[in-house]
Amino acid sequence: MAVTRERSTGLDVARIREDFPILSRTIGGKPLVYLDSTNTAQRPRQVIDAEREFYEQHNANAHRAIYFLGEEATDLYEGARAKTARFLGAPDPSTIVFTRGTTESINLVAHGWGRRFLKEGDEILLTEMEHHSDIVPWQFAARDTGAVLRYIGLTDDGLLDLVNLEDLLTERTKILCVTGMSNSLGTITPLPRLIEAAHAVGALVLVDGAQLVPHRGANVAELDCDFLAFSGHKMLGPTASGGLFAKRELLEAMDPFLGGGEMINEVFHDHSTFNDVPWKFEAGTMNVAQEVAFGAAIDYLEALGMDHVREHEEELTAYALERLAEAGARIFGPTDVAVRGGVVSFWYRDVHPHDLATILNEEGVAIRAGHHCNQLVMRRYGVPATARASFYIYNTMEEVDALVTALGRAESVLGL
Amino acid sequence: MPLDDIYKEVILDHYKKPRNKREMPQAERSCSRNNPLCGDEITVFVHEEDGLLADVSFTGQGCSISQSSASMMTEAVVGRSLEDAQGLIHRFRGMMAGEVEPSEEELGDLVALKGVVKYPIRIKCAVLAWDVLQEALGGRESASGTSAH
Repeated sequence: MAVTRERSTGLDVARIREDFPILSRTIGGKPLVYLDSTNTAQRPRQVIDAEREFYEQHNANAHRAIYFLGEEATDLYEGARAKTARFLGAPDPSTIVFTRGTTESINLVAHGWGRRFLKEGDEILLTEMEHHSDIVPWQFAARDTGAVLRYIGLTDDGLLDLVNLEDLLTERTKILCVTGMSNSLGTITPLPRLIEAAHAVGALVLVDGAQLVPHRGANVAELDCDFLAFSGHKMLGPTASGGLFAKRELLEAMDPFLGGGEMINEVFHDHSTFNDVPWKFEAGTMNVAQEVAFGAAIDYLEALGMDHVREHEEELTAYALERLAEAGARIFGPTDVAVRGGVVSFWYRDVHPHDLATILNEEGVAIRAGHHCNQLVMRRYGVPATARASFYIYNTMEEVDALVTALGRAESVLGL
Repeated sequence: MPLDDIYKEVILDHYKKPRNKREMPQAERSCSRNNPLCGDEITVFVHEEDGLLADVSFTGQGCSISQSSASMMTEAVVGRSLEDAQGLIHRFRGMMAGEVEPSEEELGDLVALKGVVKYPIRIKCAVLAWDVLQEALGGRESASGTSAH
């Protein structure tokens, strides 16, 4: 029955699982049930092979080596950039800056745009469901510029509370920073409406795409967002891959982030001129092999089709919400899978999430326990932490069943 | 069943019925700390009389390991001199670092926490209350490394 439901989504999950060597591991003699892709995804053989092949066949530094391998490395690196631009619907590759991922991308914007253009009394509008990486860099920028942080609050059911949006989003607002999909609540935010409202008052919009891009995809041209930050490791790519989309005129106006090799045009004793975008933001030797393999991750997802990825996750999430509710878990975030990605934060009875994660681990089930770098969310809902199961293309209905069965172990171990 | 190494009866007993879990208005020393990894937070209160820890209590919330460790700690240090308590803190840390083979005579119920050593990520939970006590007593020793992530 479960098999039929999975087939209906257009993903051949059994076939997909064969591409992920780690999924055949056992943990303490039990099959690994990996339910922590929101934390970091697993990698298919195609991505691992792309990184290995780069090192075995093409390794040289990009943009600095005047010989055949250097040209190959540069072509592959820039090819990954072009692929990323196409995947995100960006107008051209120069609008994509490679970084170590979402955190570095947001820091780049908070530094290069925020410190350059924010003034005292300007407002930065965030939401209470932002990841710490979309809060702390803005606290730094506010401290340095005298700008003020404001927050869009949350409703009881885990949506952005937009009732007083007009009071929060004013001509004082210079930038709205909002996640496309919450990493703890799973909430898919109404980006088109928010972006239109922000632009109407002259504010820019930064979208934290760390979860949105891997699970729903994003088209920056359709969204008309000004910045989109994303991480490779959450979408089947290597750690420390990923980057930032930004509108070209913004990249040109912004200050560089890190100074160093390759980001310059000319260096004098007292000043320097800078390279063209996007290289002005890529100081020092980049994660060349990782970005090339990130391109392979994009190929993999495109071959599956992001619509199919989304359908599969919606089915798994709906099933998990149903099974966890039946088991008596308290679930955080929206219950409608149309506005919720494949992330389910919950409390099971009175079991502290850390105890639960340790007990589930004995059953081979890997979940996240903690505050998920979302302390504002935890505080909003009055819990120190939650347990969180999250899903991706390789997860199955049977794994949701395994999670629920493993919850039963908590009762016997803790003597509930 | 390896989980029995960690979720022993004595641990669960202290978790479900924590000892000395109360505020202490007359405390001369108190200190709070949280474990940013899991959101656990613990406050430890110490009342001194004649150079001895006459009363030790705690408040806070957290997992079974952090709460039971705090509960057992309050029982283990009460009545000791400051120096004696510091020694116990040191030996408890030694056990949690896997460096010292604990003697039941010396550590009592606390020996039950030895199994946590096999779960490195949970060691911080067990040591949290002890870090707070140490800070309350005026010395810092950060073996648990409660760094943000």
